[in-house]
Amino acid sequence: MGAYAIKRIASAAVTLFVVATLTFFLMFLVPGGPFLSEKATTPQTLKALEQKYGLDQPVGVQYVNYMKRIVMGDLGTSLKMRGQEVNDIIGQRFPVSARLGAIAVLIAIAVGIPLGSVAALNRGKWLDNIIMFIATTGIAVPSFVVATTLMFTFGVKLHILPTYGLSSPMHYVLPVMALAFYPTAYISRLMRSSMLDVLGQDYMRTARAKGISQFKSLFKHALRNAVLPVITYMGPMLAYILTGSFVVEKIFTIPGLGSQFISSITDRDYPLIMGTTIFLAFLLITMNVIVDIAYKIIDPRIKLK
Amino acid sequence: MKRKMGILLVMLIILALFTGACRDQPPGQQTPKNTPTSSAQQTEITVHVGPEPDIIDPALNSAVDGATLLIHAFEGLMTLDQNGTPIYGQAESCEQSDDGLTYTFKLREGLKWSDGKPLTAQDFVWSWKRAVSPDTAADYEYMFESIEGYAEGNLNVTAPDDRTVVVKLVAPTPYFLELCAFPTFFPVRQDVVEAEPDTWTLNPSTYIGNGPYMLQEWAHDSHMIFTKNPNYWNASAITGPDKLRFLLMSDDNAILAAFQNGEILFADSMPNDEIDAWRDKPEFNLEGQLGTYYISFNVQKAPLNNPLVRKALVLAVDRDYIVTNIGKAGQQPAGAYVPTGLSDANPVMEFRDVGGDYYDPSRQGYQANLEAAKKALADAGYPNGEGLGTIEYLYNEGTGHQLVGEALQAMWKDIGVNITLISQEWNTFLNTRKNGEYQIARNGWLGDYNDPISFLDMWVTGSGNNDAQWSNKEYDAIIAQVKASSDKNERMQLMHQAEDTIFDEWMLCPIYYYVDIFLKSQKLQGFYSSPLGYKYFMYSTVQQ
Repeated sequence: MGAYAIKRIASAAVTLFVVATLTFFLMFLVPGGPFLSEKATTPQTLKALEQKYGLDQPVGVQYVNYMKRIVMGDLGTSLKMRGQEVNDIIGQRFPVSARLGAIAVLIAIAVGIPLGSVAALNRGKWLDNIIMFIATTGIAVPSFVVATTLMFTFGVKLHILPTYGLSSPMHYVLPVMALAFYPTAYISRLMRSSMLDVLGQDYMRTARAKGISQFKSLFKHALRNAVLPVITYMGPMLAYILTGSFVVEKIFTIPGLGSQFISSITDRDYPLIMGTTIFLAFLLITMNVIVDIAYKIIDPRIKLK
Repeated sequence: MKRKMGILLVMLIILALFTGACRDQPPGQQTPKNTPTSSAQQTEITVHVGPEPDIIDPALNSAVDGATLLIHAFEGLMTLDQNGTPIYGQAESCEQSDDGLTYTFKLREGLKWSDGKPLTAQDFVWSWKRAVSPDTAADYEYMFESIEGYAEGNLNVTAPDDRTVVVKLVAPTPYFLELCAFPTFFPVRQDVVEAEPDTWTLNPSTYIGNGPYMLQEWAHDSHMIFTKNPNYWNASAITGPDKLRFLLMSDDNAILAAFQNGEILFADSMPNDEIDAWRDKPEFNLEGQLGTYYISFNVQKAPLNNPLVRKALVLAVDRDYIVTNIGKAGQQPAGAYVPTGLSDANPVMEFRDVGGDYYDPSRQGYQANLEAAKKALADAGYPNGEGLGTIEYLYNEGTGHQLVGEALQAMWKDIGVNITLISQEWNTFLNTRKNGEYQIARNGWLGDYNDPISFLDMWVTGSGNNDAQWSNKEYDAIIAQVKASSDKNERMQLMHQAEDTIFDEWMLCPIYYYVDIFLKSQKLQGFYSSPLGYKYFMYSTVQQ
């Protein structure tokens, strides 16, 4: 296990390095720049700004400087939100997104796994059809439609839930619902198909033949194996959902990290693009390692290499 | 099995705890209240003027919503009244020399910063010089170009004593007092800015101002809270709320929902497709704005290097259709470039009234314009558009701009001109347009002050905003004369002449004059906005 961990950490470091390098050079290939605006900046001002942020140097030199800083844990200063450190921007906003995302994931698991299992056990019956109809809708409908519909229904028409910010537990309800809708639907579908697969296996028939109760055979044998694909899905899903959603955060005015992924690119805020990308890559890699370890715990037959 | 299955859930719960899910109240996020001013308790008003500002340094801000925040936290030598006229702010008087080149401002007695330290004339001198310094890299540093020494980077602004500011100008500048009310001209605290040049605006304890309000709290991407500044020279006259909360929202539907729920009393934007439903409600407000939505022709590129082709394109546009069916907000069809709302030499007359239209932009005039457009195209050697090829129209992503592009495509098709629409992401679009790598592009301009020169000097040869790549020696000479002239009538006459030159060559295609729309609760009293779109809440009260 120890050797495995060292190997994974080393490969994670290499992956991060490649991600950082690729992102760095790709973002400079995109036309435009951080200091462009509808009203032209004077050439002197532009020059001063480029000098101040080191953008007047060749890209290669900038890359080396950036990599030196990043090794020290310094992600630089935002070019758009002048004066704000990228470390601070991520440090302040990630907890907000992560808090919301963690609740949404818990709900997605708590609802998605039972729903998928129930659908599989009732295959072809009306309950299965209803659950799969809802799940398909959840996957097909884009999040801005879900978020806006929720806000309009519960906030504007019924006046029972607040529509912006996160100042009380009630404020979490709408954004969490909007965030949890897609993963819940996805997990239900995944769980249903994997459960159907498991239910058809020989060992399930054997278990039943041995006279094990329906309840026990489901929980002891079926669920444990059927949940594996869900766990695989949860790695990347966790990374994405914890870092926030651009759409949900914008609609519910949530000061999270999700909005920064998109706006940093639109603004050509190079340090912030790098910071958010590296951070997301780091989370993705970490989550995948955790998923691999969780695999081993749930299914001891799996060998970690 | 259950125990093992629970591992993932436990991990998530730990993560939730780690990220603070159990904290009852994230810092600085309380439920806002719009309380009536009649009660003895603290009064509070919650409004929306824009999303998270990029920066709230007076010298560096270039956004209209940022300026609204700044006019609450700072004050210049002058400030604007309800009619947009400059009145004395930090200055109590101003003497102008006979040649109009020297302004001597006398500051009010006992002026203080929000932390109680004295504010002196030297603060203005330092702040103005800082604003033009290349180290500051301010977008709006060119606003100081009328002051002597600007070109050399050493403004001729002095403080002979603590209460006197003397400014020497290059040429008489009739709008100079208005400039003194512009945020770039606000004073900032030297010791604070020098100690933390990049971060002083981020922390309420270092964000020291001299305006009627002061920053108490800034929760990024959430809200800002301003409280009354007891050290403001006219604090007793500030009838606004004790707490002014600006919600930093960016989604138009969410803003409208918050307004409908009464969570905000003022919304500075709304979804375009909701305008029709709100137009007749008392909450819907429409104010003139100093700005023009227009189309840039790249005059260096064929066939747009032919003025007759440009004339045909300008005349073939049905502006009434665009404002009625696309703009929908009460925009005025534009018959010229300089918008309505700017004064002429005689202050009771507007520049536009005196100058008139260069073509009839109304529905009635459309048919005649269309005929003239066809004729111009034929005169240019392209009867019915034959031989013209396909022209590219560039716009930035966004429903409104796309609809305008599609409308123009259909209108120009009527005279035989074929257009391909090209959409680009905002930053790429700006880059393409600025570099002149286009044929026709969407454009727009908002004035910086109440003087037509704010719209005209951008078209001189080589100007950074001259997206048309236009160069006209006669025009350059007229603008130089305007800038050197001390005679009000002569200046205006020259500026009309400059605008005539633009339309002699049909260098651009005006579409409509901008308007500023906002939703204001009927409970909100004492609010006003300036022609530049700044919103003044310092005298606002709530009536139940």
